[in-house]
Amino acid sequence: MTTFLGLPGRPGRPGSRQSPSEPPHAPRGVGHLRAADPFPVAARRALADAQLRRNLSKATTTIRAKRAAVVSELPDWEELRAAGEAIKAATMADLDRYLGQLEVAVTARGGTVHWARDAIEAGNIVTALVQAAGATEVVKVKSLATDEIGLNDALAAAGIAAYETDLAELIVQLGHDRPSHILVPAIHRNRSEIRDIFLREMGDVSPDLTDDPAALAEAARQHLRRKFLSATVGISGANFGVAETGTLCVVESEGNGRMCVTLPQTLITVMGIEKVIPSWADLGVFLQLLPRSSTGERMNPYTSMWTGVTPGDGPQSVHLVLLDNGRTAALADPVGRAALHCIRCSACLNVCPVYERTGGHAYGSVYPGPIGAVLSPQLTGIEDNASLPYASSLCGACYDVCPVKINIPELLVHLRARHVEEARRTHRLPSAEAITMAAASYLLADPGRLAAAQSASRSGRLLGRRGKITALPPPLAAWTRARDAPVPPPQTFRQWWHSQHGDDRGGPAPGDRSDRSDRSDQ
Amino acid sequence: MSARDEVLARIRAAARTGAGKAGTASSPAAPSPGPRYRTRSELAGPQLLELLASRLTDYRALVHFASAATLADEIGAALQRRQARRIVVPPALRLPLPSFVTAISDTRPFLSPAGLAAVDGVVTRAAVAIAETGTIVLDGSPGQGRRAISLVPDYHLCVVDAGQVVHLVPEAVARLSAGRPLTWISGPSATSDIELERVEGVHGPRTLEVVLVSG
Ligand code: SF4
Repeated sequence: MTTFLGLPGRPGRPGSRQSPSEPPHAPRGVGHLRAADPFPVAARRALADAQLRRNLSKATTTIRAKRAAVVSELPDWEELRAAGEAIKAATMADLDRYLGQLEVAVTARGGTVHWARDAIEAGNIVTALVQAAGATEVVKVKSLATDEIGLNDALAAAGIAAYETDLAELIVQLGHDRPSHILVPAIHRNRSEIRDIFLREMGDVSPDLTDDPAALAEAARQHLRRKFLSATVGISGANFGVAETGTLCVVESEGNGRMCVTLPQTLITVMGIEKVIPSWADLGVFLQLLPRSSTGERMNPYTSMWTGVTPGDGPQSVHLVLLDNGRTAALADPVGRAALHCIRCSACLNVCPVYERTGGHAYGSVYPGPIGAVLSPQLTGIEDNASLPYASSLCGACYDVCPVKINIPELLVHLRARHVEEARRTHRLPSAEAITMAAASYLLADPGRLAAAQSASRSGRLLGRRGKITALPPPLAAWTRARDAPVPPPQTFRQWWHSQHGDDRGGPAPGDRSDRSDRSDQ
Repeated sequence: MSARDEVLARIRAAARTGAGKAGTASSPAAPSPGPRYRTRSELAGPQLLELLASRLTDYRALVHFASAATLADEIGAALQRRQARRIVVPPALRLPLPSFVTAISDTRPFLSPAGLAAVDGVVTRAAVAIAETGTIVLDGSPGQGRRAISLVPDYHLCVVDAGQVVHLVPEAVARLSAGRPLTWISGPSATSDIELERVEGVHGPRTLEVVLVSG
């Protein structure tokens, strides 16, 4: 554990290197925030999978239409978005105070609050709590925070079996696989693949199981019911934690969340510190924004709220683990901190032309898609996820749908600039993957361009190859010509460009486009 | 330094370097103009009930209307259709149940989860219902009982009084008490995890039936 001296941070430039006075990033070697391969490499692999692209296209098209329909029902949708944004910004500006309030309120109601500097510490805390409860098995409700910190691995190392109970998470877990979408983690699996996984892994299903979704859901119900009825420890995340009242809130569809937060004697909730909201009334905003943006429903089937311990009802031992793991590092960036406003609805994934073609695995983090591209690098430090801020065509669709109005294109450009700036000051070049990605995203953004590029180059070289910058100028030039997009500060990129090429043969550098008009979502 | 103090110190340090557009922690709070989204209903009573019924039905709940005079008949008919014989009920349900059911009151010693799984269903009241979203909220009052009783059985019959129905989500939030364990229910349990095909009922009650009582 590094020692934090609590010194005031330098007012320095965004992108200044991490110094001891700046909050640390999420540690390496634990959890799921970093990719094994840079985005362009992983994306190329995904692009070769036609089945995956069909599944993704069908899924994202369906969810987009559902979302649009239920959003258009509300006459005050824009007012709700504005309120959501304002509440989140105010929360971040006073985060220490709200977390303190939350702690007091939870404690007053018989709950216990724990603080975790990072993934390792959170894993240790949860493991110790499970052991103290005398359990060797836990039931889990789908939670990005626990996936982020690799909690299941930490528990397994201590001999504790963690059972995922969300149907999609169960499919992923039994398939020894990784989630590929925030909301529909098994979006990359079709029904016959799921049937095969169940038959192979469940051990207690009839060999006659069909691939009818209703039959598969029934098999999951039977498989998990025994676990629910006997579980003594439940583990959850939280969509919201209300500072004013100490109330935690889990939003779900299947009822597995209700099972996990109701039936066990001990409940452990792992919540990122950014999930606190100031007041009870704020739920009236977010419980409208989230379901309509997320599943495209007016309301999700089940939402559970609990405040500490309720005698005679539900878990009598209630814990809340507040997790940093790089969030304070994001908070220290005046522009980047907006990524912490995210309520994980996944609307930005479903509208993203890059996500629709690559799927979530290519992003290498539990946070895929546009939000992942701006959140993961801030949690890990940009150098560890350097290609992600380039995994976008900056088309702006994500900003238009975001229920809390996170200006993701602006954040992407900001992080690209930070990356280049950091590299310049440390006399390194921006990674080849990052620059390659600028070209790749141009191709990914449009099926026609992609097809043309693929037929033009059977070897796939247009998407770049590690370390081969020279293959890139044509698509990169096209990108710089064609995109009406926000751009990084021109000097650093141009300086780098000239140092590499000595002329403008790659076309005007992005900084030459000064005519961008600010996107407006009004 | 404890983890708590360290995380809080990091936040304060970040606030100093990171305070951007959002202002700083020390800036005076802007006067609040009050919410600009809808917080009050525009609908009258009968319209509210119609909207609630249509939204509940849209999410595959079964809905019936009743008056005080016909309530017992509606409840009896629903339980008969369901062939429900053993029913768990909260400690103070105060509703007329047909003679063919055995009502098990959920008082101490409570039924175990396995015991709850063995009954034919549960009958409860509600705290609030939200017409615009087709949502019923339970708050654990004596007419609704522990959260587990409306979760484990496969059938949930919920009786909602007209006076409990609001139009908007913020109206419901204002009526509810944070101190109570809350369950918001919008249609029966569902999943779309397999090729986005909606399937009713994974873990919660697979059938939700609502009786709306007015007059
Ligand atoms: S960034 Fe916005 S749109 Fe994307 S998941 Fe987060 S809240 Fe939803």
